[in-house]
Amino acid sequence: MCERAFPNHLITKSTYNQIHIPMIEFRMPSLGADMEDGTLREWKVKPGDMVHRGDIIADVETMKGIIEIEVFDEGIVEQLLIKEDEKVPVGTVMALIAPSKAEVGVKTPAPEAKAPELHPIEEKMPAAAVSVPAHEGIRASPLAKRIAAENHLDLATVHGTGEGGAITREDVEKAIAERDIKLPPRAPVAAPPAVATDSIRMAVAAAMSKSNREIPHYYLDIAIDMSKALAWLAEANRQRPVQKRLLPVVLLIKAVARSLQEFPDLNALWDNGLQRKKDINIGFVVSLRTGGLVVPAIHHADKKTLDEIMEALNDLIPRARALKLRSSELSESTITLTNLGDGGADSVFGVIYPPQVAIVGFGGITEQPFAENGMLGVRPVLRATLAGDHRATDGLTGSRFLATLKKHLQQPETL
Amino acid sequence: MADNKTIKITYREALKQAIREALLGDERVFLMGEDVGRYGGAFAVSKGLLQEFGPDRIMDVPLSESGFTGAGIGAALAGMRPIVEVMTVNFSLLAMDQIVNNAATLLHMSGGQLNVPVVIRMGCGIGRQLAAQHSHSWEPLYAHIPGLIVLSVGTHEDARGMLLSALKSPDPVVIFEYTYMLNMEAEIPAGAGAVDISKAKVRREGKDISIITYGAGVYKSLEAATELAASGIEAEVVDLRVLRPLDETTFLASVGKTHRALVVEEAWRSVGLAAEVSARITEKAFYELDAPVQRLCGVEVPIPYPKHLEDASVPQRGDIVRAVKKMIKP
Amino acid sequence: MTEAELKTVIFQLLKQIAPDTEPSTLQSGDNIRDTLGIDSFDALQFLVALDEKLGIEIPEQDYGKTGTLEQLVAYVQSKMS
Repeated sequence: MCERAFPNHLITKSTYNQIHIPMIEFRMPSLGADMEDGTLREWKVKPGDMVHRGDIIADVETMKGIIEIEVFDEGIVEQLLIKEDEKVPVGTVMALIAPSKAEVGVKTPAPEAKAPELHPIEEKMPAAAVSVPAHEGIRASPLAKRIAAENHLDLATVHGTGEGGAITREDVEKAIAERDIKLPPRAPVAAPPAVATDSIRMAVAAAMSKSNREIPHYYLDIAIDMSKALAWLAEANRQRPVQKRLLPVVLLIKAVARSLQEFPDLNALWDNGLQRKKDINIGFVVSLRTGGLVVPAIHHADKKTLDEIMEALNDLIPRARALKLRSSELSESTITLTNLGDGGADSVFGVIYPPQVAIVGFGGITEQPFAENGMLGVRPVLRATLAGDHRATDGLTGSRFLATLKKHLQQPETL
Repeated sequence: MADNKTIKITYREALKQAIREALLGDERVFLMGEDVGRYGGAFAVSKGLLQEFGPDRIMDVPLSESGFTGAGIGAALAGMRPIVEVMTVNFSLLAMDQIVNNAATLLHMSGGQLNVPVVIRMGCGIGRQLAAQHSHSWEPLYAHIPGLIVLSVGTHEDARGMLLSALKSPDPVVIFEYTYMLNMEAEIPAGAGAVDISKAKVRREGKDISIITYGAGVYKSLEAATELAASGIEAEVVDLRVLRPLDETTFLASVGKTHRALVVEEAWRSVGLAAEVSARITEKAFYELDAPVQRLCGVEVPIPYPKHLEDASVPQRGDIVRAVKKMIKP
Repeated sequence: MTEAELKTVIFQLLKQIAPDTEPSTLQSGDNIRDTLGIDSFDALQFLVALDEKLGIEIPEQDYGKTGTLEQLVAYVQSKMS
């Protein structure tokens, strides 16, 4: 009889929810391969609020600044699980959202739920304990994993001296100490961004190390005569007020986007195999004056006009420099474009940002002797390069891509 | 002025002084149990008390654990403060129905109207070659029961003080005393008295590993920690003291500091307190752990009679030292 | 507007565009972009700001006439008079 008196004790809260309505779990998003955790700075919603796809529901601080996080589901915020200023690993459930299909506005999901709420038998766990540690397959103590994550140390580089070769706290602390000795001492920079540029440096370091370790790169370059493109641009700008003027990079972005339409294998991610991406979102490298870089995405660059791309840059670059980007801008790039601009090196061979499979690099446009049709002339020449992931594509694809890019830049009026 | 003065006292004498102080301080208190009066207690803990307090307050009872424990519970319900002595934990099984079905449940079943302020003391553990029917460590059996407070007397200080605090509890308290330690001498403050019975206690501080233990494991762990210090390992020793409700805050904090835990108990390994402590560490301090939690427990056999086998059946100082060294330098 | 006032305005605008630089340390012969490390995007932002502040629109073909601080001041003054 006692068992009958307390039957609901056997149902934990989570199974309870699963029985009645499956909740949408809103998780700490990964804003790049280099992100392991984020700190919730502010909830922009409260329980009971309706949210739609694309709404910004939280500000999260990452190594790349304070990022506005968008939601990709529709429904009513049921519960906020993470408190403001709490730091949680990527993948941690931050909020529960009741899907809007299940009777919008009705808070109590099912008639049985009318009974006074029973406390779940299981105790509340710290949020951090729920998520899966970042490094699977590496034998390391939970503490060692935690310290490594906090210090952005890749456990794969650490030699374990614990039982059965497990990595212990001592091993990790030693590795961090050795790494810190190798890093140059911090320059006394009066850095205006709220987030230390050190952490951006570490984020870049982590992503580029991973790339160099895992991605077999191949490199190609091509020289492009930019006379026609620049002449077209000068004419276009002559008719525009200074606020509407276009920069040469706009043509480059559009030409890359166009070319990618013909080479979908380069607009893709590698995750145990090639995953082509439908949208062409070009990650545009923005250097920070204090060092480091951030790479916001220009979404649907192939569908944008040149003016729209320029507007996107006007919006993105200042926000990128102030480290105020949105989650979708940091996580949805399908390829990266790096542009050195004037006055620098002639060409740049990039390091692919995983899990992307290609990076296009542009050097400065300089006057060069240029042979064409048996004639030698002086032309403004741009050197475009492609670094490709050899697991995903071969040099032939890359070569054809660069040739197509060159062709597009000879027909600026069609861009 | 007398703050720093200490006295040398046996564990047995500390237990006796506590009983005597309780009898003197509250006329509702009385001691009942087999041979506690005329014989002076099976382990001579109550020797001389009959002469001092008379047969109404030092009460010899028939050999019926269920009967006299039930009488003690009845007396507690009627407003007395009985101390029921059960000779060894093995015999307490005969009183288990009274303890589990009555003492532990009446507050709940009366809707909060009835408190059962009974204190039940029992001797337990090995050490006197009393073999498999008198020597077991069944703290986990009682620590499993909601409604009971379960204390383990691991030090002389607690021998002197736990009973006094237990008598202040409105709810039933089971106290485990260790026959192995009765003749051990130690220094305690001359003015020692009632002690807190809600918290575990760090008996020795260290930074390299937490040895979490209770009862007869406390002094053995402290000795092991002293030996380990000689090889440069600083072990922290946590005495659980209160086996129910467990004070997890103290041992979780210790593990948060040392990042390694060895749980030592004389009771059998399977489904014991060490398992419970280990589970809570894994649940609540997982990300503090630098090595798997280890348990060092009693061998899962009936306690043997021969001295060398009896000694071998529970963790000894050397076992603790070896286990710690293996965890720190595998 | 005196040359000194004009320089103050220019420094303010440059500081807005590139807060982490120190435009007031520019010498008259220094190339502005090279010295402050300003890229083409920021250079365009600066021209937009100059237009909004002073109503001076610099056509693209005149960019070459505004490279140094000295040149820029002279160019703006010629346009304002």
